[in-house]
Amino acid sequence: MTFEYAPAPESRSVVSIASRYGLFIDGTFVDSSSGSTFTTINPATEEVLAEVAEAGTDDVERAVQAARRAYTEVWGPMSGRDRAKYLFRIARLIQERSRELAVLETLDNGKPIRESRDVDVPLVAAHFFYHAGWADKLGHAGYGPAPKPIGVAAQVIPWNFPLLMLAWKVAPALACGNTVVLKPAETTPLTALLFAEICQQADLPPGVVNILTGAGETGRALVENPGIDKVAFTGSTEVGKSIMRSLAGTDKRLTLELGGKAANIVFDDAPVDEAVEGVVNGIYFNQGHVCCAGSRLLVQESIADEIVEALKRRLSTLRLGDPLDKNTDIGAINSAEQLSRITALVSSGEAEGAERWSAPCTLPDRGWWFPPTVFTGVTQAHRIAREEIFGPVLSVLTFRTPDEAVEKANNTPYGLSAGIWTEKGSRILWMAERLRAGVIWANTFNRFDPTSPFGGYKESGFGREGGIQGLGAYLTTEVTR
Amino acid sequence: MTDDATGRLDVRKTYKLFVGGAFPRSESGRTYEVTAADGTFLANAAKASRKDARDAVLAARKGFGAWSAATAYNRGQVLYRIAEVMEGRRAQFIADVLAAEGGTAASAASQVDAAIDRWVWYAGWTDKIAQVLGSANPVAGPYFNFSIPEPTGVVVAVAPQDSSLLGLISVIGPAVVSGNAVIVIASTERPLPAITLTEALATSDVPGGVINVLTGDPAEMMPWLATHADVNAIDLAGITDPELAVSLEREAAGTVKRVRRPAAGMDWSAEPDLSPIRAFVETKTVWHPMGA
Repeated sequence: MTFEYAPAPESRSVVSIASRYGLFIDGTFVDSSSGSTFTTINPATEEVLAEVAEAGTDDVERAVQAARRAYTEVWGPMSGRDRAKYLFRIARLIQERSRELAVLETLDNGKPIRESRDVDVPLVAAHFFYHAGWADKLGHAGYGPAPKPIGVAAQVIPWNFPLLMLAWKVAPALACGNTVVLKPAETTPLTALLFAEICQQADLPPGVVNILTGAGETGRALVENPGIDKVAFTGSTEVGKSIMRSLAGTDKRLTLELGGKAANIVFDDAPVDEAVEGVVNGIYFNQGHVCCAGSRLLVQESIADEIVEALKRRLSTLRLGDPLDKNTDIGAINSAEQLSRITALVSSGEAEGAERWSAPCTLPDRGWWFPPTVFTGVTQAHRIAREEIFGPVLSVLTFRTPDEAVEKANNTPYGLSAGIWTEKGSRILWMAERLRAGVIWANTFNRFDPTSPFGGYKESGFGREGGIQGLGAYLTTEVTR
Repeated sequence: MTDDATGRLDVRKTYKLFVGGAFPRSESGRTYEVTAADGTFLANAAKASRKDARDAVLAARKGFGAWSAATAYNRGQVLYRIAEVMEGRRAQFIADVLAAEGGTAASAASQVDAAIDRWVWYAGWTDKIAQVLGSANPVAGPYFNFSIPEPTGVVVAVAPQDSSLLGLISVIGPAVVSGNAVIVIASTERPLPAITLTEALATSDVPGGVINVLTGDPAEMMPWLATHADVNAIDLAGITDPELAVSLEREAAGTVKRVRRPAAGMDWSAEPDLSPIRAFVETKTVWHPMGA
């Protein structure tokens, strides 16, 4: 049985997009010194949304100097109570402008409005609320009686959760008394620029938040600028490693949140429908553009056929299409470049002998799309079982015993997240203890909360974001001895 | 050496490596001459090779399994036992430190006392780290959510070059306390107190492979260890060549190792804090739905 849905598009009239955006430095929007710009595109339609300034080395220097001035003259000396009040203001403004932010996020990123409206933006506001409260209570956080900020933080974030990643970076940094220079991803700069406007509305002192748009070269110039004290990066493991290399020998502090290849482990006693929903949420949420996505399904051999069949049935009901439509489950792939990476890895899966199944859905004519896809007959040696695809592609592997599940789950250089589906509580805790990953979801998946620290083991990076543990990334540690 | 009073010829010790709970020589057969602070010959210590370093990684990975799975209570008892055994050999440690570092007998004694007390300090931490660094997280939804610190894995530490015993223990302690396994490269010119420590470790119920001690040249071994895929973290406390430190840090990036680089001129006798423990733990967060 199929259900017909009438189109139910969210109105894009709630947001007005300027034709050109400058860099946000020292509280005002300015052109890049070179005059160089790039365009940002709606991945669902290939329509150009806006022209955005591309920051060069000179602009980075200006922004870092503005952040340094704001740090030494205003934000550093300010009482925690007042920093808190600014952050609460920002949180409220985000709530007030939440629909606008959600629509803009969906236009620029391609993710379904249901997700940007119900997940991304509410979490963004929650992150600012949570960290606002810390600003005048840092002496109680376990980092000594009077922990100090680090200084100027350079923050580079990815395109998969543009505004949420901004919140994860900016909120704790500001709460702890640091100032920031943030570079959003080149394909999704718009919500960060709207956030800059929110900072203006909050009367945040100039220079506390600076936003530089640009691509990899801008990011490199930022993290290599000698005037910064701290780098926080979320993105690919490859770029994370190169940042770590470039910071070697400097006194800059570093936290990295990198890639993942999470196992979602389903035992034979798990309720099938719940587990299938969890697997679907684990890998097809946000088109699989999630570093902690459950991209490897490890299913106990005795129920593998049943689970895969139920999974295919469920995937056949997902609605792919207009991200602004409130009924859409699967939106657009963020860029042509990402689509070609997904396509290449999927081809490798076919070439290496795994069996491909893609949901029978019609892809729109324009924009970048990829249907929800499942590979069965996958071995641990296949590239699709080892490499992060960052797309709606699931690799199914099987196991017989809990020990084998642990061994296969941990058989990866990554260690960001893992999922466990079983009715047996003791087994959940036994598994959770043995899985080498920073976030373990048991009988759930892809849950996030500002009070809950997030971050990886091994090559998924180091440092945590969120919770009391996340504050450590933005405070000077105790005297190291 | 002959005892002046009795005329008895003393029995000298062969100084070997400590890997996986055993005392092997270097597979390379190499040794190097160790002299006292006053220049007199003390011993020929084993000069560990990169193969010895790789063997130590294998041993440490094995040791990590058992040690990280042990209860915190048990780890605390084992670490306290090290202090007990060291206390019984206090005179020997003082003689070793005095020979290695020179100075006065009183200063050597105070170093040894501080080193023993450091184990007592760490022994008491094993079952408190999770409560101090962990948390129950009040998420906005019907979920039980908690975070706990877990050991990073295999840690390679270059022990401080100057402080031959207290400095050594100051890099081993914070790593093993949370359940990591350690490979430590002893002070190159002052390795003998480290070897005496291994004899205390071997009789202290520390499972084999949890603490492995190599002697030799860190500049020779560290490039292999910094790139080794089964090493999770490195502590560069005893790297005195800044260029080597930078290159090791750069190489560690290839596998995203955790790198600790204590400030130069560290005072190892100062009361430690939590930061070196934090350097070698990972936070694990677990979510579970709540419902009837």
